[in-house]
Amino acid sequence: MARVAETSAQDEGGNPVDIHEIRLTVNGTKHEIAVESRRTLADVLRHDLRYTGTHLGCEHGICGACTVLVDGMPARACLMFGVQADGRSVETVEGLGTPEALNPLQRAFTEHHGLQCGFCTPGFLMLVTAFLRENPSPSDEEIREVISSNLCRCTGYQGILKAVRAAADSGATD
Amino acid sequence: MKPAAFSYHRAGSVDEAVALLAELGDEAKLIAGGQSLVAMMNFRLARPAALVDISRLTELRYVRADNGGVRIGALALHRDLERLADSSVLTGFEVLPRAARYIGHYAIRAAGTFGGSIAHADPAAEWCMAALLFDGEVVARSLRGERVIPVHDFFTGFLETSLDPDEVIIEVRLPVRRTGAAVKEFARRHGDFALVAAMAAVEMQEGRCVDARLVFGGVAATIVRAGPAEAILIGSDLGPDVIAQAADASAQAADPPADIHASSEYRRHLMRVLAARALEEAISGA
Repeated sequence: MARVAETSAQDEGGNPVDIHEIRLTVNGTKHEIAVESRRTLADVLRHDLRYTGTHLGCEHGICGACTVLVDGMPARACLMFGVQADGRSVETVEGLGTPEALNPLQRAFTEHHGLQCGFCTPGFLMLVTAFLRENPSPSDEEIREVISSNLCRCTGYQGILKAVRAAADSGATD
Repeated sequence: MKPAAFSYHRAGSVDEAVALLAELGDEAKLIAGGQSLVAMMNFRLARPAALVDISRLTELRYVRADNGGVRIGALALHRDLERLADSSVLTGFEVLPRAARYIGHYAIRAAGTFGGSIAHADPAAEWCMAALLFDGEVVARSLRGERVIPVHDFFTGFLETSLDPDEVIIEVRLPVRRTGAAVKEFARRHGDFALVAAMAAVEMQEGRCVDARLVFGGVAATIVRAGPAEAILIGSDLGPDVIAQAADASAQAADPPADIHASSEYRRHLMRVLAARALEEAISGA
């Protein structure tokens, strides 16, 4: 990580802006960008790198909509600064299936009414992706515990529970 | 919201972290897991001028047995304690993984750190309660050297500790085993901060209680120890009457706050109920 333009970069008010050059991998693609230190990872993904599948709900770590994987572990992308992801490997919903070829977990969500409006869905998919890699045959109780991490206001969670159950039972961990 | 501007500094070692804190002054803050700090910065409740990132100091991520006690590195994750399986470390500290399951959720526990929770000093935090229950000591380092702060002198107010601005928590030592220690909480939703949390531990010898600890979270500006209730327990046979009497006394250990989540009376009711449940479990496990 290099600090760049430390003395020259300024905002409209003439205050110095703290900018860092970072390298990170997103869904296998390497990126080198300059980010202001106060930019959250969620905003770096969405605004700087255009991975707009990562959604921002509450911006304070409650709703889980912005959940991504950082070095394989689930992380609230609003509670991490982009500069902290320097050298890390990030996975977002764009790294799962495509609209034409959904991955098994995404297919299970569509088949079991795991979503309605879809706003919270990328966060749930990334959360569950990490969970099933770690625990491929979870109990219903364990699934309930994990999906309580994130907020969904459409489904009442029963559809999400069924979808995760189906994905786990089909042996699709990724 | 978005956080206010700050300058970011990544520490490559503990020495570098303490040097950066000394250089950057009182307006600098450490960031480890960031699970409380970044939320506060996003709300602009916290506006540090500089952040010193210690999240990559993996040498501080450990949980080790130590002479009958346990030493927890400042950067041990909540998840590391939740998944603790090594019986040589766990013996006498079985309550730690159980308490970890009350902390936030999967993604939070995969990022948040033990040392960060202690430094943040939320009065409902499980690790702050555990640190007091186990007569813990906080090891802090600065350019001026290292010092050991007993936990009973550490939490000084709401989100306030006796740490100096230039000090970094290195580890927390829990020197005393408390076999059978129990944790009981009530929250509106799983993963939320508890409205009231209770931790209890007792030690029995020949049918008599020789030591007892009862601490509460969520009832005051800091973690609270229910000394008068402990005094009722010590020397007794820990029968049902004694538990009821101690639980009643414990409800006077604080004057719990009222807010939109619960009235003061309701929190006091929870203190009594959770104290009794925690004590019953602690007695059966002791």
